[in-house]
Amino acid sequence: MFKPTTRTVISLLLLSSLAAPAWAEPGMEERIKAMELRLQALENENRNLKEQATRTEQKVEVAGNQMEKIASQGTSSKAAWAEKTTFGSYGELHLNKLKNRKTGGVNRDELDFHRFVLFMGHEFDDRTRFFSELEVEHAVSKDTAAGSTGVVAVEQAYIDFALNDMLSAKAGIMLMPIGIISETHEPPTFYGVERNPVETSIIPTTWREGGVALTAKMGNGFTVDGAITSGLSTTAARSYAVRDGRLSVASATAKAPAYTARLKWSGMPGVEVAGALHRQSDITQGADATAGAATLYEAHAVVNKGAFGLRALYASWSLNGSGPKAVGADKQNGWYVEPSWRFSEQWGVFARRSNWDNKAGDAANSRFGQTDMGVNFWPHPDVVVKLDYQNQQSPAGLDEFDGFNLGLGYQF
Amino acid sequence: MAVLRIIFLLALAFPAWGANQEAEITRFLNEALSQMPSAPLPAAEALWIVGDLQPAGRCVVRRAILEHDYPAARVRYWRAGLRTVWVLDEVGKEMPITVGIAIERGAVQHVRVLVYRETRGWEVKSPAFTAQFTGTRLTAEQRLDRHIDGISGATLSVRALNKLARLALLFDRHITGGGKP
Repeated sequence: MFKPTTRTVISLLLLSSLAAPAWAEPGMEERIKAMELRLQALENENRNLKEQATRTEQKVEVAGNQMEKIASQGTSSKAAWAEKTTFGSYGELHLNKLKNRKTGGVNRDELDFHRFVLFMGHEFDDRTRFFSELEVEHAVSKDTAAGSTGVVAVEQAYIDFALNDMLSAKAGIMLMPIGIISETHEPPTFYGVERNPVETSIIPTTWREGGVALTAKMGNGFTVDGAITSGLSTTAARSYAVRDGRLSVASATAKAPAYTARLKWSGMPGVEVAGALHRQSDITQGADATAGAATLYEAHAVVNKGAFGLRALYASWSLNGSGPKAVGADKQNGWYVEPSWRFSEQWGVFARRSNWDNKAGDAANSRFGQTDMGVNFWPHPDVVVKLDYQNQQSPAGLDEFDGFNLGLGYQF
Repeated sequence: MAVLRIIFLLALAFPAWGANQEAEITRFLNEALSQMPSAPLPAAEALWIVGDLQPAGRCVVRRAILEHDYPAARVRYWRAGLRTVWVLDEVGKEMPITVGIAIERGAVQHVRVLVYRETRGWEVKSPAFTAQFTGTRLTAEQRLDRHIDGISGATLSVRALNKLARLALLFDRHITGGGKP
């Protein structure tokens, strides 16, 4: 199309135009210098921002450390003692709709705020603590013509000394380390509206005494407890029934101390096996020459594997002396078995069979029996609604209650 | 007096109280991070409880696990490879229980009670109990994916450990994204 000479001329013109320096245009050099200055300014700003971010991180770190330091020192608007004092509570409201099968017996149709308990604890230091429970039973405590309704009682009040990681001692009013629900009796922790009758009539829960106790954590799941405390004081007028012998450390006669030992094994998750021995040199505290020493043997097992639960307990008293023997109270014993099934976090069902006899030492029929079955509903892990049915068998001529119980319980 | 003498002698027969709580924590960290006992610990990192952990004030830590706010704005943790290691506190009944927890690939590898301060329920320190947590994962509802058998008389301590295992799994998931082997 073009001759070679023409193509050469055109190529030279194009090359010369491309090779022409841009800065040759007017103002271009100034613009580039301005851009370099802006770039330099941005670099400086970026460096400043980075330094600022680093300083901010350092300040946050220092502030965070300081906050943690203050928190660990317990610095707050509260007084030092308040920081080391804790409160809690448990309570249970019961509705009993029980028909008395005894001829002429009075039914029990009752709504009762059975227990309202306040906890208070205080940590003096890492090794020395105070723990207490103050209880109001049956909502109101007042004297009436028929006697007292309700009770205000110190259920526990002791100082706990942690001697080391494995050994602790306590002194004061404490719960006896016997049975399953004596020490752990908050309503959300057990099935049934009312506490089981064996740990009421044979192990007189809530059973508290004053004295000193030692707990040794032996390893491999073994725990040994020993206690020297005040004891029961039963009377012939009440047929030496152990439950009626509780003095509750209320200006209690303390002539005959009681000795308690317990060995507990909980080396497998969900399993507890324990046995306890309680010995008192005089079950009437010297008030009855026809009575003497008393010994309680107790053994129990608790199994909670998955949804399945089982509690089983046996307890037996042996009372010396002709007085208890004369009324058959020289032997007092009972047992219960309680399978349960917690089929969800919120729902569980149970059945329980209990037998107990506070006059098992003679041939007369004095044995009680009771079958319970029911359901627990936990709307919150620390709140429980309970419904159960009970069927009782009593010796001839004594109250025999059958019917429904409804309960509401809580702890915190 | 004889009783006091016996108590005193028994106290002497057992190791000293709280042999050293800091030493116990350091020992756990060294083991969990697979380090020699004498090796210096790697620097702790910090997880701030913000963002996804506290969306629009509906803190997942409070709502789904602890039922109360975490008592600090950030949580310290240690990391070695895919493993994160946490030392967390939660109150059982009255006192905080300090627990060490190692997480790897979204599953609990190791749980140990480092400091137990409650007067009842100390059985949760038992390796037989804490071994139940090994291999557990967090479900979408922030629960453990398997049942942990409790201890009679230690309900609140068991619950505290359960919460801390879930909390450590949640924190680990926040940092590493969880993940399955």
